Amino acid sequence: MPAPIRLRELIRTIRTARTQAEEREMIQKECAAIRSSFREEDNTYRCRNVAKLLYMHMLGYPAHFGQLECLKLIASQKFTDKRIGYLGAMLLLDERQDVHLLMTNCIKNDLNHSTQYVQGLALCTLGCMGSSEMCRDLAGEVEKLLKTSNSYLRKKAALCAVHVIRKVPELMEMFLPATKNLLNEKNHGVLHTSVVLLTEMCERSPDMLAHFRKVSLVPQLVRILKNLIMSGYSPEHDVSGISDPFLQVRILRLLRILGRNDDDSSEAMNDILAQVATNTETSKNVGNAILYETVLTIMDIKSESGLRVLAINILGRFLLNNDKNIRYVALTSLLKTVQTDHNAVQRHRSTIVDCLKDLDVSIKRRAMELSFALVNGNNVRGMMKELLYFLDSCEPEFKADCASGIFLAAEKYAPSKRWHIDTIMRVLTTAGSYVRDDAVPNLIQLITNSVEMHAYTVQRLYKAILGDYSQQPLVQVASWCIGEYGDLLVSGQCEEEEPIQVTEDEVLDILESVLISNMSASVTRGYALTAIMKLSTRFTCTVNRIKKVVSIYGSSIDVELQQRAVEYNALFKKYDHMRPALLERMPVMEKVTTNGPTEIVQTNGETEPAVLETKPPPSGLPPAGQANDLLDLLGGSDITPVIPTAPTSKPAFAGGELLDLLGDLNLTGSPVSAPAPQIAQPPFLLDGLPSQPLFNDIAAGIPSITAYNKNGLKIDFTFERSNTNPSVTVITIQASNSTEQDMTDFVFQAAVPKTFQLQLLSPSSSVIPAFNSGTITQVIKVLNPQKQQLRMRIKLTYNHKGSAMQDLAEVNNFPPQSWQ
Amino acid sequence: MIKFFLMVNKQGQTRLSRYYEHVEINKRTMLEAEVIKSCLSRSKDQCSFIEYKDFKLVYRQYAALFVVVGINETENEMAVYELIHNFVEVLDKYFSRVVRYSICYKIFSFKTS
Repeated sequence: MPAPIRLRELIRTIRTARTQAEEREMIQKECAAIRSSFREEDNTYRCRNVAKLLYMHMLGYPAHFGQLECLKLIASQKFTDKRIGYLGAMLLLDERQDVHLLMTNCIKNDLNHSTQYVQGLALCTLGCMGSSEMCRDLAGEVEKLLKTSNSYLRKKAALCAVHVIRKVPELMEMFLPATKNLLNEKNHGVLHTSVVLLTEMCERSPDMLAHFRKVSLVPQLVRILKNLIMSGYSPEHDVSGISDPFLQVRILRLLRILGRNDDDSSEAMNDILAQVATNTETSKNVGNAILYETVLTIMDIKSESGLRVLAINILGRFLLNNDKNIRYVALTSLLKTVQTDHNAVQRHRSTIVDCLKDLDVSIKRRAMELSFALVNGNNVRGMMKELLYFLDSCEPEFKADCASGIFLAAEKYAPSKRWHIDTIMRVLTTAGSYVRDDAVPNLIQLITNSVEMHAYTVQRLYKAILGDYSQQPLVQVASWCIGEYGDLLVSGQCEEEEPIQVTEDEVLDILESVLISNMSASVTRGYALTAIMKLSTRFTCTVNRIKKVVSIYGSSIDVELQQRAVEYNALFKKYDHMRPALLERMPVMEKVTTNGPTEIVQTNGETEPAVLETKPPPSGLPPAGQANDLLDLLGGSDITPVIPTAPTSKPAFAGGELLDLLGDLNLTGSPVSAPAPQIAQPPFLLDGLPSQPLFNDIAAGIPSITAYNKNGLKIDFTFERSNTNPSVTVITIQASNSTEQDMTDFVFQAAVPKTFQLQLLSPSSSVIPAFNSGTITQVIKVLNPQKQQLRMRIKLTYNHKGSAMQDLAEVNNFPPQSWQ
Repeated sequence: MIKFFLMVNKQGQTRLSRYYEHVEINKRTMLEAEVIKSCLSRSKDQCSFIEYKDFKLVYRQYAALFVVVGINETENEMAVYELIHNFVEVLDKYFSRVVRYSICYKIFSFKTS
């Protein structure tokens, strides 16, 4: 068989291939030749074949069949064989392959070889791919070599030790004695690798760190660094006029680790840092690299303030430099330091803002992040202008981050509500499709909060979507606002701006076009339909048109739209008397922090889907009116009102946790009309639905109590507790009527002390038939995490014998088993 | 820590690659192609540091050859930039007048001869 071709020939051949397929063919042919050559156990050409295999591996082709051949080469006595063998081992083998363990013996022998180059090879390979078993076996040899006087071997042994420590951290102590003399070397190679070893040890183990601080490593390092700076020209180590910048950078990094959080070490290195900072030449990139590392070190240790100012000034100088790389690293470091040295960085604000206009993507990103970090109450207007301009012109990948950053900054530092709303609107119009989903509810909540700006806001939003309704978040917010404040829009009252003349038809036109447009997402259509529905109470002359629109969508393919339309239709037809109340204006929404307004209200298990579910939050309104009454009446300061959860499910963004919301309800500010009619539960709801026991694992029977018994109305409480969730008590109330006439429109409300949470589910009906012939049942869930004594105040309202009755009572006779 | 060291030409062919962390062999080619694509799309007056996934690329162009080093955040980017130049200078000195063809020939032939 002819001699296998040399590597050079192979490379030349492969490069003549013009297509990927051609190259693959050549390589496969060569692989086949190599494989047959391996089978023949040919010693002379093995080295050449493996070299070719390594080249093909580098190009991305599989080469695992060469692993054993590498091992054979390592075992050979020829240096050239060993060289290729070890290279192959480094590239092809790692601890995932089992064959690598076979190498251990070879490496051990080679570590004790007479030729330093062979020893070097073995050290390199071990340091590159040694597994933890191999490292454990051979650590002793490495440690021995770390102490030799041969600098060629010493530096390689140091790097190998780094790898051993990474793989087997327990062996760190073994290398400790050897490190004593490492820094006394003259050879830069050994110095450099020793610093790497010391850095690795300090990073991994705080004990080592403490040890090195104690053995005054810092003065040694300072001395070496000083020599490097002060010494004259040394041709061996010179890079563009600076002596061994790589070693300087390494030493600075080790100093950083040693000085972090340690006053003594930091003090010891103050001088040298100042010296490096002032003496390094900055005309070349090398000097700047060293200065950069110095600045990072100064910022990280407990340096004195003069030094810190020096560092920030260096960064400021970097920012003005023409070289992009330098500006980039300056911005990166300023970002790291802006938390601690805020004022110093503020001085460079204008330069940073200029960097926003740079062409380079990396620089722009850094400048943007830094700008957001620098916004504060004083400069917010100016900064926002720049950032909005940036948002206009930046690449799409930035827009989302920039938009959220602007929202956050505006929220924190807005000088006035109008400015805030203007800013958000500007963001929505320029980068509307990139804003995050939670921006919409946040903005809506903000708008409801600024009561005096409603007219202005709705006008601006209307104008914004007149032109273009493709940006979904903008359209969603606009639809919601138009739905809420449409009456302000058509009445033309607006103090802040020139009021525009808009007719009801025009408003409905725009909402309808949103509904029809292909660009609108399903969610947006939902918003638009609901807005149209709300306008039916706010507009006077176009109610018929609204009815028509709503009924059209009753047969829409989109299930969500269809459901809404059908229910709104029902509102028009059967429940027209309830429509005004249900579609009233929203109260001011309190800021809900983590569980944002997008949280879904718990649906109680018993509502039927066909039940009237009003999507918009106003359904929370009539109970809110009653809650106000309850609070007024009860007056107790430690009582939180509880609203029977009206059968709502999925309000688009209503008070996520109704309980939380109304707990801190702003009683004076909410534009709620006088106590709405008592229609919390329409009569047809849940007729005859039995109340089911809610837990299967009921605790041992708890005695039931009679909570109230007056005027023929008796209310019994029965308890259930779950073994799986002991802080929840489920109370089922049964209301019965022993008089001769029915009690109608019966509403039960309850309030509990603040440490409890209450949830009222819907009652079975609102009519209690006379002569105890039937009962109303209702389920109350009480959460009592602190296991305090259960107390409750109840309020009952009903119609009896033609007159409205209401009563308040306190229930204190809860059995201990119900709350302990 | 340096994650990898690549020398790739403008057409995307790898001339030299060394990985210091294990990367699957099929992922390597993908990585190299993506890296060279991001380097090629940069103009001359843009900075040499690119943020790529969860590490940084420091690249330098020499004629039609790109030297790209992938580093993590503990490294000093400018020092690595200097290192690349140092490496090329060493190759230059060692192989006397480095031309891109000769790089791959000579590195490998040195190892085999």
